[in-house]
Amino acid sequence: MAVPHKSDATRNKATQDRLGAIDLPEGGFSGAARVSAMKRLAEMGMPVRRDEYWRYTDPADLVRAEAPEAVVFHGTDPQLFGQVDRVTLVFTDGAFDPDASDDPSLAGVEISRLAVADKADIHWARDLYGVLETRGQTPINRPLAALNTAVATDGVLIRVTGRAARPVHLIYNHQSPTSDVMLHHCIKVEPGAELTLLETGPAAARLNMVTEVDVLEGGRFHHVRAQGRDHSRRAVTHIFARVAKAAQFKSFTLTVNGVLTRNEAVIEIIGDDAVAHIAGAALGDGVDGVFHHDDTVFITHDAVGCESRQVFKKVLKNGATGVFQGKILVKKDAQKTDGYQISQALLLDDDSQFLAKPELEIYADDVKCSHGSTTGAIDETALFYLRSRGIEREDATALLVLSFLADAIEEIDDEALAADVVARLEAWLARRKG
Amino acid sequence: MLEIKNLQVKLEEEDKAILKGVDLSIEAGSVHAIMGPNGSGKSTLSYVLSGRDGYTVTGGSATLDGEDLLEMEPEERAAAGLFLAFQYPVEIPGVGNMTFLRTALNAQRKARGEPEISAGDFLKLVREKAKALQIDAEMLKRPVNVGFSGGEKKRNEILQMAMLEPRMCVLDETDSGLDVDAMRLVADGVNALRGAGRSFLVITHYQRLLDHIKPDIVHIMADGRIIKSGGPELALEVERNGYADLLAEVV
Repeated sequence: MAVPHKSDATRNKATQDRLGAIDLPEGGFSGAARVSAMKRLAEMGMPVRRDEYWRYTDPADLVRAEAPEAVVFHGTDPQLFGQVDRVTLVFTDGAFDPDASDDPSLAGVEISRLAVADKADIHWARDLYGVLETRGQTPINRPLAALNTAVATDGVLIRVTGRAARPVHLIYNHQSPTSDVMLHHCIKVEPGAELTLLETGPAAARLNMVTEVDVLEGGRFHHVRAQGRDHSRRAVTHIFARVAKAAQFKSFTLTVNGVLTRNEAVIEIIGDDAVAHIAGAALGDGVDGVFHHDDTVFITHDAVGCESRQVFKKVLKNGATGVFQGKILVKKDAQKTDGYQISQALLLDDDSQFLAKPELEIYADDVKCSHGSTTGAIDETALFYLRSRGIEREDATALLVLSFLADAIEEIDDEALAADVVARLEAWLARRKG
Repeated sequence: MLEIKNLQVKLEEEDKAILKGVDLSIEAGSVHAIMGPNGSGKSTLSYVLSGRDGYTVTGGSATLDGEDLLEMEPEERAAAGLFLAFQYPVEIPGVGNMTFLRTALNAQRKARGEPEISAGDFLKLVREKAKALQIDAEMLKRPVNVGFSGGEKKRNEILQMAMLEPRMCVLDETDSGLDVDAMRLVADGVNALRGAGRSFLVITHYQRLLDHIKPDIVHIMADGRIIKSGGPELALEVERNGYADLLAEVV
């Protein structure tokens, strides 16, 4: 259960302001979860910069009642994953766009929307909505996720009963400079079932998104997302995952641009021989304004013989800031755990910074856990090697950036999806030479 | 083709002269070898010619077909026709060998105002060149030099040379770390590229590479200078007697 923070004037004011602005949806099946979330939220209070968990990232813009404006970016990029045979569901500034979306019927998958399903009191998602979020509040408070559970009015509820014939692709468009959006998704992968979830787009001027993923015995969940090119958007996202026996959870996030992004992942491994991988590649160029990207991960091993991997890479230039807070908690009985964590930053100039806090907390005695964190510049020897073959400095640098990111991209199992992500990275690098 | 006159170089970081007046003239189509003890400045010469950071030229000149090499960026030197086969080829994880080769080839073509090579033509070319060096499709797909054995790395250098078709090739201790079979493969690759227009500067410690790549002229380098030049027999003399006699002769 959430631990109430010590009361203080800044937090009280932030909490009062934020909660005062909430118009709590009544909810159908989610009603009780919303009321409970509000109660937790009132106890925890809103995060403030002084909190240990927010030491490197100022939550003020994510907390305040009014979303800061974000200029709408009009890109000409082709739709990422556009060539993949998939089912698309489109949200524009948080509102579902049925005309732009595909018919959501898909073999092996039941898809409904929170806004629609929540009119009824009974739904399978009742056992999931806010449930994993609540579990994720221990031992660390995540008030912005509780806020989302209380307030979110739409999202996608996906129940996977077999092997999904095609990936589900959630597309988040951003058209209003003042949109403040909360989406809450619930995904239940039934035993032995399998789904690939794709997410792309900036979604809003300010996005608060929670995704709860319950992967049951032997289930497989693959997730690839790209957070959109809008320079001045802000986002806080939480993935709460629970991974059962012999199940697999794999998630990769690409972030380019954005004033402020905090991606939290809270993964609980509860069944033996399960696998959880989470990876991210972030490219930030401070030339268009602030770029601040924060990956905060908490993986709990509570079963025998499980494997977890965290692979996070950031490329930073022109005063960009990268943050990584990653923790592996191995509980007493989680023997034969194989936990791996790497966070690395490539600084393309002296103005950028990377702040990392890797943590291991291990109570079992027969485990293999390792973590590493590095910050470095472009390897001059490799740069010279490429240039000596005739490749111009800027192009050689771009190749070395891709080389640096390769470990994270390799976490995407599907080659076609990985190739799409690489193409997007190459385009970003080509635009930002020098 | 390559004209080096009284080239003097020191380390950028410390006031230490490495090359103390190197004179070398390599005409088109010829193969020169430089031999010399450790620390004589052989590798420095190769780096300075190809434009690696960390060195300051304090005097002299180096030109390729009359163009001032020392004024050019490394990539410009490559486009002008200079190639350095590295003693320690660099591993580049995550960048496929094919991508690397195509990027390099097209960069040079672009610098020379030529159109990019088509994907089909490139594939055909690389397969043909790779086959001669016994580089299989698997090696071409792998990231640049990652997990390659010493011999594979050196063969990969020669493949790059074959693809880029430079006019002036500098081989920096290409024989180091090679067994006899690998050395023969590499030498065959080099010999296949020998021709009227193309020149080689082969830097080596040992005479054995020169059994396979027969030089026209052999230079002995010591303490930052070329102290003696001669025919292939000079390499044999080194093999028999070491450098001591030659060094003593000069002093």
